[in-house]
Amino acid sequence: MQNKEELLSIENLTIHYETDDGVVYALNDVSLSVKKGETLGLVGETGAGKTTLARGVLRLVPSPPGVIKNGKVMFGGTDLLSLNEVQMRAIRGSNISMIFQDPMTSLNPVMTVGQQIQEVVEAHNRRFSKEEVIKQAHAMLEMVGISADRSSEYPHQFSGGMKQRVIIAIALACNPQLLIADEPTTALDVTIQAQVLDMITALKDRLHTAMLLITHDLGVVAQNCDRVAIIYAGQIIEIGTLFDIFKHPLHPYTRGLLGSIPSLNKQVQRLSPIKGLMPDPTDLPAGCKFAPRCKYAIEACSAAEIDMHSINANHQVRCILAREEADDE
Amino acid sequence: MSNTDIQPILQVEHLKKYFHTPHGILHAVDDVSFSLNKGETLGVVGESGCGKSTLGRTILRLHEPTEGKVFFEGQEVTSLDKRRMKALRKDMQIIFQDPFASLNPRMTVSETIAESLLIQKIFTRKQSDQLRKRVAELMEYVGLSTKLVNSYPHELDGGRRQRIGIARVLALDPKFIVCDEPVSALDVSIQAQILNLMQDLQDELGLTYLFITHDLSVVKHLSNDIIVMYLGQMVEKSSSSILFEHPTHPYTQALLSAIPVPDPEYEVQRVPLKGELTSPLDPALGCRFAKRCPYVRAACLVDDIPLKEIAPGHYVACTLV
Amino acid sequence: MSETEKRKQRTLAAETWRRFKKNRLAFAGMIVLICLVLIALSTIVIDLVTDKAIYDAYVIKQNLRMRLQGPSKEHIFGLDEFGRDIFMRMIWAVRYSLFMGTIAIALSTIAGGLLGSLAGYYGKVTDNVIMRFMDVLLAIPSMLLATAIVAALGTSLTNVLIAIAISYVPTFARTVRASVLTIKDQEYIEAARALGASDSRILFKYILPNSMAPLIVQATLGVAGAILSIAGLSFLGLGIQPPTPEWGSMLSSARAYIREGWHITVIPGLGIMITILSLNVMGDGLRDALDPRLKK
Repeated sequence: MQNKEELLSIENLTIHYETDDGVVYALNDVSLSVKKGETLGLVGETGAGKTTLARGVLRLVPSPPGVIKNGKVMFGGTDLLSLNEVQMRAIRGSNISMIFQDPMTSLNPVMTVGQQIQEVVEAHNRRFSKEEVIKQAHAMLEMVGISADRSSEYPHQFSGGMKQRVIIAIALACNPQLLIADEPTTALDVTIQAQVLDMITALKDRLHTAMLLITHDLGVVAQNCDRVAIIYAGQIIEIGTLFDIFKHPLHPYTRGLLGSIPSLNKQVQRLSPIKGLMPDPTDLPAGCKFAPRCKYAIEACSAAEIDMHSINANHQVRCILAREEADDE
Repeated sequence: MSNTDIQPILQVEHLKKYFHTPHGILHAVDDVSFSLNKGETLGVVGESGCGKSTLGRTILRLHEPTEGKVFFEGQEVTSLDKRRMKALRKDMQIIFQDPFASLNPRMTVSETIAESLLIQKIFTRKQSDQLRKRVAELMEYVGLSTKLVNSYPHELDGGRRQRIGIARVLALDPKFIVCDEPVSALDVSIQAQILNLMQDLQDELGLTYLFITHDLSVVKHLSNDIIVMYLGQMVEKSSSSILFEHPTHPYTQALLSAIPVPDPEYEVQRVPLKGELTSPLDPALGCRFAKRCPYVRAACLVDDIPLKEIAPGHYVACTLV
Repeated sequence: MSETEKRKQRTLAAETWRRFKKNRLAFAGMIVLICLVLIALSTIVIDLVTDKAIYDAYVIKQNLRMRLQGPSKEHIFGLDEFGRDIFMRMIWAVRYSLFMGTIAIALSTIAGGLLGSLAGYYGKVTDNVIMRFMDVLLAIPSMLLATAIVAALGTSLTNVLIAIAISYVPTFARTVRASVLTIKDQEYIEAARALGASDSRILFKYILPNSMAPLIVQATLGVAGAILSIAGLSFLGLGIQPPTPEWGSMLSSARAYIREGWHITVIPGLGIMITILSLNVMGDGLRDALDPRLKK
């Protein structure tokens, strides 16, 4: 059932990769939603399944070896997983756009930046005349802070930050309702990152675009997101508003993450890292995936799969102890 | 705390490293000077193109300096011959950023660590028992399970690979280590583990670190002093605490304000920066940050701006001070 | 150790082998080659043991009354223009093609590899001098080069080997040089230098072992080419001399009798073709097995 405010609703999505080395359980029963115009941050470390989730929404998971085992991706009343390739292509770039991490390899080196923006405009607006297409492309360049004179230049003539702006221009050219940004600024210098993120937020507000911002950087999340979901070993383990997650984190992993990062505004003598490593996605433990590393783990944690528990309308957590703690309050 | 009556372990004087490219001369490191005391950590921060990695490598003569001198324990490093330089490498080492690229993919964990011992002739190949024992000791010391003795780098995660990088450096019992972005390529939860390890090692072994990073928050609690670099030049130098409380150079202020703080209530006082990095090729005289600086004025573009001591131990290269 | 850990502790060679095995065609090629090697070895053993008695009786002995007979129950490949059993001659010919090809390429690999490493590692003048010399060799078509060398030095087995080896040196030099150039800039080389490793240690212990992949593939395909060259040279009369059986020379002498018996030309031709095919297919399989995830 889709909430009227909801734009994207992922329900019980399960994606595995069937490889020679065994089955990689990349995503296991993931459910989350993005409301119109909001920014949902998806936080996780390498191997947690963030990129698989992003690709899964747009049906870009390479298959083989990827297999969508279960689930629905509801967007505007349609289950994206039930569409064929032609229908999906109509959605990609126009209703839902994606920007990837590495601006160096995301642009076609043998086409001018203008041509690359025009390409996406043309693909989704067959009735536009050539002049209208070019006009839109120029408008997009200006919107991301690049002079339209530069539309006949090639990607190698731009710096990393500028390339990422071009990519954003391409992504927003058809005014999508949802933008999926997979670590959009990780490869950029910190001052450029700040500029690019500011720009994305401004554009987003202006065009009323919702955003799924995937990152491992909690600082970026704190400055840019409305709600946050934490993903670990293919599962969402906590989800809530920005304040819920940063001020009242409940899951031991979330708390561990927040406690282990060095921060400008904290004075620490020594960091408190989380012991151990994320489990091997081909060999996940039963029950809570974080239990082997958790200092509060009890037997019940590994006995059976843990469900998400709602603390309040916005805040949910997948942890038996957090549930008890909340119930006590 | 610095010990002024003991000679600094490392002294760098007017170090320059230029690269000749078909498009012009790249001023990677341009007139950098500082000194470092034993047991301390000097943080070197800046963004891409500032020359911090080149600085670290030039100090170790992995790049030959174009000009300038480096002194280690009073001895001039920059003029040593090959044989003596090799011997000095026991004392001056480097930990690399990319733990995957810096390990030979065809050597196991123990072979990699043993290489250090063999190259510097601490043990010979015939002394295989002593070699094995020492390798096992080093692995335990850095937190690597001895089960991994015959593992290859591609079988291990980033954190473990970086521990190998640390172990092979420790095998030489060095005094000074250049740490070139040692945790930038690691996951957040592993970063903390490695940073703690490095801190412990420094405390136990009295190591001196040159800690290169673009992430100011990482270097904040580890460093005694910090230098901020921009396009090859030092723009600010001060103790760690002062830098964060009173960042003086406009670039330092911009850099600090740009770092996203993981606290939604934190008030961001963003110092807006215009434009992008100017080219490090054949740079013009004057402040290289001028074109992006919100406070730029005519005096900034005339001549190179020298570092001025505005408070004891606090140096800034800016016309505003 | 858990199953996962055991799986992960495979060496790079074992990983490569596992991937290679999955390529059925390449694996079949390898089986064929193993059979050929066994055949060749057994002929050497038989010759040693019987003091060439069988060789003299079946491979060389002529039987002119029965010449050009087609395949039959007693002689499955038939008889050639001198009444010799083609089947036996085919069997005895394997070792010349296979082993000579391999030895020639082995020599070539070592020489070319050395030159290529020096050129790639030291660059500048060394690179220029070596590679321009390689260019000169490459400018001459390899068959012509081999022919010229053999014509100059004489038609002994050794000289044929040398001729073919020399004609392949530029290819290997280029391959190794390209690998060295790529690896030279990798960070683990810088790390070794930072530890104080000498140039020769870096070259032999770090760079060369990591450049093996393209070299192995090139060498496997090179053996195929070398076998063709040997056959070609023998065809021209410059290589193996009759009555020693060799596929190329068998083809050559059969030319005059094409109309009188298909078997005298087709069978040696098939022999060459199957060997080359197996080598090529195996080489391709090796390339696929060695390449992909080694970079990860």
